[in-house]
Order: sequence, then C-alpha cells, then structure tokens
Amino acid sequence: MNIIDELIFHSPALIVAIPLLGAFLTPLISKINDKLRNGFVIFIVLLTSAIVLLLANDIYSVCGKIHTYVFGGTQTITEGGFAIRILFEVDGLNIFMALIATILAIAGVIYSWAFMKENTGLDKYYTLYLLMIAGMFGMILTGDMFNFFVFLEISSIASCALIAFWTNKGKAVDAGFKYIVISATGALFILFAVAILYGQYNALNMAVLASKIQFSFLDKIALVLLISGLAMKAGIVPMHMWLPDAYGRAPSSVTLILIGVTQASLYGALRMIFTVYGGNLTNTLNQIGDINIDLNLLLGIFIVGLSLLTIFIGVLMALKENNFKRMIAFAAVAEIGYMILAIGSALTTAFSTTDTTTGVMALKGGIFHILNDALDVGLLFLVAGAVYYATKETSLNSLGGLARNMKYTTIFFLIGLLAVSGMPPMNGFASKLIIYQSTYQVNPILAIVAILCSILLLAVFVKVFHSAFLGPKLPKFDEVKEVPKSMLLAMGIIAVIIIFIGLFPDLVLNNIVQPAVNALTDHTNYISNVIGGIQP
Amino acid sequence: MIYNIPYIAVVALILIGLYAVIFKRNLIKIVIGITLIESGVNLFLITLAFRKDSVAPIYRGSGSPLMSLPVPHALTLTSIVIGVAVLALMLSLVVHIYRHYGTLDSRKIGGEEE
Repeated sequence: MNIIDELIFHSPALIVAIPLLGAFLTPLISKINDKLRNGFVIFIVLLTSAIVLLLANDIYSVCGKIHTYVFGGTQTITEGGFAIRILFEVDGLNIFMALIATILAIAGVIYSWAFMKENTGLDKYYTLYLLMIAGMFGMILTGDMFNFFVFLEISSIASCALIAFWTNKGKAVDAGFKYIVISATGALFILFAVAILYGQYNALNMAVLASKIQFSFLDKIALVLLISGLAMKAGIVPMHMWLPDAYGRAPSSVTLILIGVTQASLYGALRMIFTVYGGNLTNTLNQIGDINIDLNLLLGIFIVGLSLLTIFIGVLMALKENNFKRMIAFAAVAEIGYMILAIGSALTTAFSTTDTTTGVMALKGGIFHILNDALDVGLLFLVAGAVYYATKETSLNSLGGLARNMKYTTIFFLIGLLAVSGMPPMNGFASKLIIYQSTYQVNPILAIVAILCSILLLAVFVKVFHSAFLGPKLPKFDEVKEVPKSMLLAMGIIAVIIIFIGLFPDLVLNNIVQPAVNALTDHTNYISNVIGGIQP
Repeated sequence: MIYNIPYIAVVALILIGLYAVIFKRNLIKIVIGITLIESGVNLFLITLAFRKDSVAPIYRGSGSPLMSLPVPHALTLTSIVIGVAVLALMLSLVVHIYRHYGTLDSRKIGGEEE
C-alpha cells in the first residue's frame, strides 16, 4: 500500500483530526509571529481540503461506494455480533456536504486575514475557528449517533463563542446567548432521542439502528425529538429567532462557517429521516380515527407546511429590515425554507410505488440547493462584511453611492444578488428551477408560493443594491477605499464557483448531486456496508 | 412500578427545565432550566443502564451474574463534561450581558439603537 492509498484509507479520521490538532497548536504558534499563525491556519485548512478532495475522488470513482473507517479496529462488528465500535461512514451525501464545508472554510480563513486584522485576541479567534471547522466536518462524516451529538456540541460551543467575539457590543453577546440556549436545548433533545433508541436497540451506530428499527411508539417520539432538535439548529421557522441575530451580529467570516454548521444540522435531519428511519416510513400506517395515513405522507405534509411558513416569514421580515446583515440573514431563513420544501415534497412521494421520479427530482433540487445556498448567502454576507469594513456602517439608511469607490465589491454583490434570487445564469436558478418543477407535480400551489417568494427576494435585494451601491456619491464616504486583496480573493473564489455552477449545472448535477441523492434513496446499501451479509 | 419512578423523574425534570427556558425572563433562571434538562437526560441514560439486582461493571468477583451496562455510563460522563462547558460559556455570556445592560431581565436586553 503506497502513501496515497494509506492517506485515503485514514482520510475520514484525518479530516477531523487535522483541524482539531491545528486548533490547539494555533495559540502556541501565534506566540512566535502573527504572519506565521495566519500561514499556519491556511495551511491546516488547505491540507484538510486536499484530503477531502482525495477522499471525494475515491468515493466518486466507483458508483455507490461507501468508505467506512473504524476507529481502533478493522472489523465493524466485533466478535459476538456487537457493533460497539465508533465508525465514520462516508457516502455520496457525506462527501457532498464535506465539499461544501471545504469551500466555506477556505474562503472564510482567507477573508479573516484582513477582516479581523484590527482585532485583539486573534489567537483565540483562530483556535475557535478551526474548532468550529473540525466540529462541522465531524458532524458531516460521522456514522454514530452519539458521536454526532458530541460534534454538534463542539461546533455549537465554538460558534457561540465566536458569535459573541465582539464582546464590546451588547447585541453581539445577546445574540451569542440566544444561540447557545437554542443549540443546547436542541442538542439535549437529540441526546434524549439517542438514549431512547439506545434503550431499545442497544446500538448507537446509524446503520445498525436503521437495520433494527421497528417503528414502535417510542421510535416515533425519538423521531419527533430528533427532527425538532435539528430544526432548532437549522433555523426553521418557529425556532428561527436566533438566526437573524446570530448571523447579523457575528463577524462576517464567522457567519460563513455558521452557514456551514446550520447546513450540517440539515444534513443530520436528512440522514435521520431517510437513512435511520428510511426503511420503515413507507410501510408504517398511522391511524387517525378511521383513516389510515402513510407516515411519510404525514411527515412530508408537516415539513412542507413548516417550509412554506419559513419562506414566507423569511422574505417578509427581510423586506422590512433596515440592517444590512440582518436582512441577508432573513433571506437566509427563506433559503433554508426552499431546501426543506424540496425535502418535504420528496417525503410525500419518494417512497410511493406509482410515482418514483417526482420524489427523486425534488430531493435532487433540495440537495443541489444546499450547495447553492451556502455559496450565495455566504457571498452576500462577505460583501456585507466588506461594506462594514470599509464604511463602519450597518444601517441601509446611511449607506449610498458605494459603487463609485468599491467597484469589485459591487460586482460581487450583483452576482450574489442574482444567484440568491434565482436568476439565470447563476447557480440559484438551476436548483430553484428543479424545485419549482418537482413541487409543481406534488401540488401547484407550492410551486406558485416558491416562485412568488423568489421574486420578492429579488425585490428585497434590488432595494438594497439601489440604496447601498447606487445613487449619488455621499460626502462622508469620500475616503472609502476598496477592501484589501485577501477579502476580494475570498469573495472572488466563491463568485467564480457560483458562475461555474450556473453555466454548467449538468456537470455538477450528474457528478456530485446524483451520488448524494442515490445515497439517500438507497439506504440498504448504507446498512449492508456496515453489517455486511449478516442478518441481525 | 418502583422501577418506573426514575422515568417519571426524568420527564418531570425535563418539563420543569423546558418551562424555565421558555417562560422565565431572568437569564440565570434560563441557564438553570437548561441544566435541569441536562440532568434529566443524564438521569435517563443512567436509568437505562440499570438492571434489577445488577452490580457496577467493575466488580468481577461479587457473585452477582448481572452487571449494569457500561456504555450508557460512558455516554453520561461525556455528556456531563460537555454540559459543564456549555454551562461555563453561558454564565460567562451572562456576566458580559450584565456588564453591558446592568440587568438580567431578558425584556430589557438588546433593544438599544445602534
């Protein structure tokens, strides 16, 4: 076995271990030199990305391949048939999320160089930043329920401390407190659900649980707890109140990773619904009075209802918001609504035998939109951060005429604006079109609401574009200069990827999104990869 | 029946904790609420591990054939450690909030103009 094979074999552990180790080395290295520390952090992130890419190459080389890494052993099942080992299981969906996390991490670290330069306590900042990245990768790659909880807590503790990084501002600390309350409660719900499942099936491994699950009454309670706990972390509407505060008050570079953490929670929900409970959602009937309803239909309708609420409230609150970053945060709430709209529509049809294509199509749109949303909203937040860096203003009322002094930032904002509101030829158009098409087949009203809200989103951002970048030159902004090169580079990376996906959506759909969808719909593959041919 | 009492205590702890988080306005009480939920979940994990007449899984020569499950104990320890970290972070944020606003009433926090 040569070194590359060895690296690929151990890659799931390395992807988490390298940022974790790097995080605790950062304070030591920043004792020596600030420049060295910045170089070290980007080196750690690039190294992690290189390993992610190697692993991705390995996963995509064979259709339906799953890379299982067992900690402290080679066999997933020990003698006597106990699945007690912790293992990381990487399939198409995991690696898809890991690629998103990689892009966000690289852009975030490059952006931090200039953006955070004037702050003190940067050694702690970078330590927490790398911890957050490690937690995010851990949540994405793990195949163990309790491990998922641990990484969730790592990422939420680190991100909470970073949201409240500007402790001289009362509102930032307030946002941090809101976030930790919500995420601690959500995480405890998840732990409670894990305990319920463990009590019944004596297993913590996702694949083993999926093979054993009976769908008893207790399992339904566990499912509700899991979904509500993860929905709290993902910012779905009744639990969304922390999100605008946290996204809006955190430094922009932190917000970028926070988007990744939110979507890792969304990934968790997908994994729980489609893999852990996947086999039993179809053939379980729920009796309400005399009527029998398929449980997947019930769950799907519930999620679709929540998603419509999420889209509506996100867009309407964005319309009336005056603070630049909070407004983008509400738009981010609406975008999350689009993803769970697609997931809910997929649930209503994905398991039916008569109509197989619609559900898969909706799922494809939803998963593709996870990637696009992370890039679009991330770019907009970076632009908002750049505007704040240059002008020290956050209120839209006092901004104006910035296009004259900050032409690159303006172009990046225009790209992000078109992408987030689903205009061709940007990437948002490709995924939103799939969502419209598939939800139209489920119910035309869903597609109509989705299109309408997308148009409203365009209206919101055109208003911002006009009030912040166009208009007469304001005398107080005479001194404003274009932001430093590293911030432009970070925005440029994301913008180039946005345009690339927008121009070649088929390439991404067939090569990256399709394996992720296959991984979700074919959960028997996920199970048999761990427990092999042995029937429980 | 006697073996169900811990489960009733678990549900009671979690519900009291949720009540405190949702309805109380004092930030310290919210923190206490989260700690209560956490204790409830930890108690649940410990209760799951127990079997009737079982001994702790470290005594080999005690003669009892039953041992309580060690895995939930390990989970509980991890969860307690995480809980301490969350608690410390929350309290430090409360200290910062008190310095800024001079109050712990959640209605009076974060409403100022920028």
